Amino acid sequence: MNTTYLAVEAGDLAVEASGFFLENVWIIPAIMAVSFAIILGAGKRMPKGGSEIGIAAVGVCFILALLTAGQWVGQVNAAEACTPETCDYVKYGTDEDGEPGYVANKSVGADHSDDHSEEGDHSDEDDDHSDEGAFPVDAGAGSSDGESASGFTAFVDAEEGSTAAAPIAVISERTWWSNGGIDFTVGTMVDGLTVTLLVVVTLVSLLVHIYSTDYVAGDRRFTHYFGFLSLFTAAMLFFVTSANVLQMIVGWELVGVCSFALIGHWWEEQPNSDAALKAFLTNRVGDMGLLIGMIILFFASNEKWGIVDINAAAINGSTSHTLLLIASLCLLAAVMSKSGQFFLHTWLPDAMAGPTPVSALIHAATMVVAGVYLIARMYGVFFNGLSIAGSSINALAVIGAVTTLVGASLAFVQDDIKKVLAYSTISQLGYMTLALGVGAWTAAVFHLTTHALFKACLFLGAGSVSHAVHSFDMKKDMGGMREFMPTTYKTFLIGSIALAGLPPLAGFWSKDEILAGTGGWGFWEGESHANGAYTVMLVMGMITAAMTAAYMTRVMYLTFFGEFRGGHHDDHGHAAADAHDDHAHHGDPHESGPRILWPLRILAGLAVVAGLMNLPKGFLGLPSGITLRFEHFVEPLSATGYFPKISHADPSWSLAIFSTLVVAFAVGVAYYYYFVRVNAQSPSATELINGPTARNKLLKAGHTMLKNRYYLDHIYDSGEPVGAAGATAMGVIFGSAAGLTLGFSLDNGLDQNFWPSAIWGLVLGLTVFTIVTAALRTGVGIATATKRPLANAANWVHENIIDATVDEVGKNSVKTADALYKYIDQGVIDGSVNAAGRGSQGAGGELRRWSTGQVQQYATVMFAGATLLAGLLIIVI
Amino acid sequence: MYLVQFLVLSSILFCIGVYGVLARRNAVLVLMSIELILNSVNINLIAFGAFNGAAIPAEVFALFIIAVAAAEVGVGLALVLTIYRNSKSIDLHQVDLLKG
Repeated sequence: MNTTYLAVEAGDLAVEASGFFLENVWIIPAIMAVSFAIILGAGKRMPKGGSEIGIAAVGVCFILALLTAGQWVGQVNAAEACTPETCDYVKYGTDEDGEPGYVANKSVGADHSDDHSEEGDHSDEDDDHSDEGAFPVDAGAGSSDGESASGFTAFVDAEEGSTAAAPIAVISERTWWSNGGIDFTVGTMVDGLTVTLLVVVTLVSLLVHIYSTDYVAGDRRFTHYFGFLSLFTAAMLFFVTSANVLQMIVGWELVGVCSFALIGHWWEEQPNSDAALKAFLTNRVGDMGLLIGMIILFFASNEKWGIVDINAAAINGSTSHTLLLIASLCLLAAVMSKSGQFFLHTWLPDAMAGPTPVSALIHAATMVVAGVYLIARMYGVFFNGLSIAGSSINALAVIGAVTTLVGASLAFVQDDIKKVLAYSTISQLGYMTLALGVGAWTAAVFHLTTHALFKACLFLGAGSVSHAVHSFDMKKDMGGMREFMPTTYKTFLIGSIALAGLPPLAGFWSKDEILAGTGGWGFWEGESHANGAYTVMLVMGMITAAMTAAYMTRVMYLTFFGEFRGGHHDDHGHAAADAHDDHAHHGDPHESGPRILWPLRILAGLAVVAGLMNLPKGFLGLPSGITLRFEHFVEPLSATGYFPKISHADPSWSLAIFSTLVVAFAVGVAYYYYFVRVNAQSPSATELINGPTARNKLLKAGHTMLKNRYYLDHIYDSGEPVGAAGATAMGVIFGSAAGLTLGFSLDNGLDQNFWPSAIWGLVLGLTVFTIVTAALRTGVGIATATKRPLANAANWVHENIIDATVDEVGKNSVKTADALYKYIDQGVIDGSVNAAGRGSQGAGGELRRWSTGQVQQYATVMFAGATLLAGLLIIVI
Repeated sequence: MYLVQFLVLSSILFCIGVYGVLARRNAVLVLMSIELILNSVNINLIAFGAFNGAAIPAEVFALFIIAVAAAEVGVGLALVLTIYRNSKSIDLHQVDLLKG
């Protein structure tokens, strides 16, 4: 067994970490916010329209993020090398005033009785120590089993046997204001998760910035675009560095607003502004959940806003479990809307209306990642609220699993290359949620990281293709692109393989970790389960892996193989083409410029190697210093007090080989269908004329359902033509599914009997679904009905109030200025100057008569004066 | 002897001097009148010195004043000469270059 791994898993000691970049991480979002202000204020006068400011700012942020990450790695290493002589151990508990927070960990290096005296205040973990035979060990120096690195007396968990310490999150905050004895603080919290997100966000943002200088070149709102990119990045960085949930809410909403602005960047076209509105409205539904959840958590955790405090309260059992369950379900609603989880994912494909680099940013690093990050950050709440450990089903895992399947199935029937990628993102986000739902925290965050890299690569690749053909329609305008765009083709291929999850690219490692993390594989092998045996999730994840591989093969064929189908018409009129009116020639598509290709190359390169960050334990006999690096540096230990005690799945060769075979089989089937059958029919064909859907009614029906996106939009939007029967049927199905999920999680959480709670859950789920649907329908209805009157009213206000005010102010200004000129300038100022002149003249004329030039006369006057003064002197004295 | 006799003498001399300075048209006589004023001051000083028994003999100041007066007369006569060369006259009423 290897020591490091066990040490990480056991994690019973924590130390404080410090470092300039860790403590001053606020600089990073601040730089981006300043950049936004400068671009908005002065961008238009800059030679490159403000883009240079954005790139410089995000570049600096990227470097700072790397430095922060480096410092964090240093802190983790330093903590590992800790001994009681060199470090002061801390733990989360209550201080003398009864105020929760980090206090000195007296059970280490001190005498035993100290520990017992405070036991009442401490978490279960500490109780475990005394119950399960924790004892002071004087381990000899150089002991080989990894029991202890150096000789000192410490409490060592007898079973797990380690004394390695972990750094706690670096929190620097100050009180913003106090009210009713509650401090509202602002500050930053940095730990492994934060620095991961910092690096990912700034890296993807930097590449997107560079890419955009070419992609949106010549756009009429070029400066505005870069300003919002900066703000978007700033908002996300602010969100991930938040130390308390209030700041998280602010960052969350800021991200939403920025995505609204950027999705609707080309708002002159109706669909684009509708898409922006839809994204915004759908997110409002989830935001209600966020607010309610956070408020519940605030009261449940003894009126604390701090992330650490809330998580710690959830973990050490001082919070009511029912409250935690409700809060985590509310937060789950927020995650569903933000991270595009089924059934609030419908805004995400529409968000493709924005410029492609923005899509890449939204899908890889900012908007949708926020939801997953929220779960990862508040994991103590979710882990305990949903009783993830030792279970086989819970709401989070079910939502994730359903989402991943729904997204993958919808990706099959899209003709728009960006929509395929959008549904793919939904599917992969479902994967992450699933992973979090089964307790595979590190796998989820790892997948988030690798997915950010290869999905950004894919989106930017799709943008590169559309840049050349001025369209996103794979069937009409693409095909055979690999001859025209070899570099884009290669990078897109790498991204696709990474997404499909074929070894040894990034996607394989993270996907495999998630599958292993479900613990479901042990069903066959009888190995140790991880946090539970989520066999259903494993099966659904496996199906999704196969589907992902198949639809990416389809995209590869339709875009890069076969015969070029575009170039026959010049009036595409697609949104993205707007920016490229200056491209005069519409001949053969051509490869994009270096500012587009280099981000692609970098991302493709990273997509190849990123998986090596977290090689499985004991992989090919590699030492512990190489494997599981990501987990080692990113995952907080339970000793930090704010992270639950999760166990890790053992990697399994059989699972890895099986999932690779499944993926390979799916690629093979799709390859046979497109590259062989369709291509044989005609090189320019996109589907078989007499394919399965044409021959089989059931398949045809399924295809129609997928084409209509499971009728979800029909249910939500009263404006869509409703296939009444279909919509109702789907509503009942979704409602039941949601209800059963709730039922399972209630059963799981409350230890009730299954059927009563399942029925309750069904009723509850149908009600919730109906309410949500009704709310959405009403919202959309209200939005649709009020858009025009609102616009008219706004116009009226603009014309009659704002403009009139401005007019009136202008007129009055002219009048005032007139009066000022007449009375003040001419009268007072000029008058006084003239009077001074005239006065001088008169005085001069008068005085000149006095200067006669007669010296004796002057002398007379002088004598007279002297005499007078002498007389005065005499009188006074 | 009384101090007042010396003071009366010096007052008379001073008044004569002032009259000369203010009333005479001849520049040389004006200079001479200035000498009278200075000498009246000398008499004053010596008289006060003799009656008060000052630590430093008052004659020192008188000698200083005589020396300075000699220099002053030198400069004054040079000026008078220059005026005469320019306007062939030393009548002060005709020298009115300062007239505004």
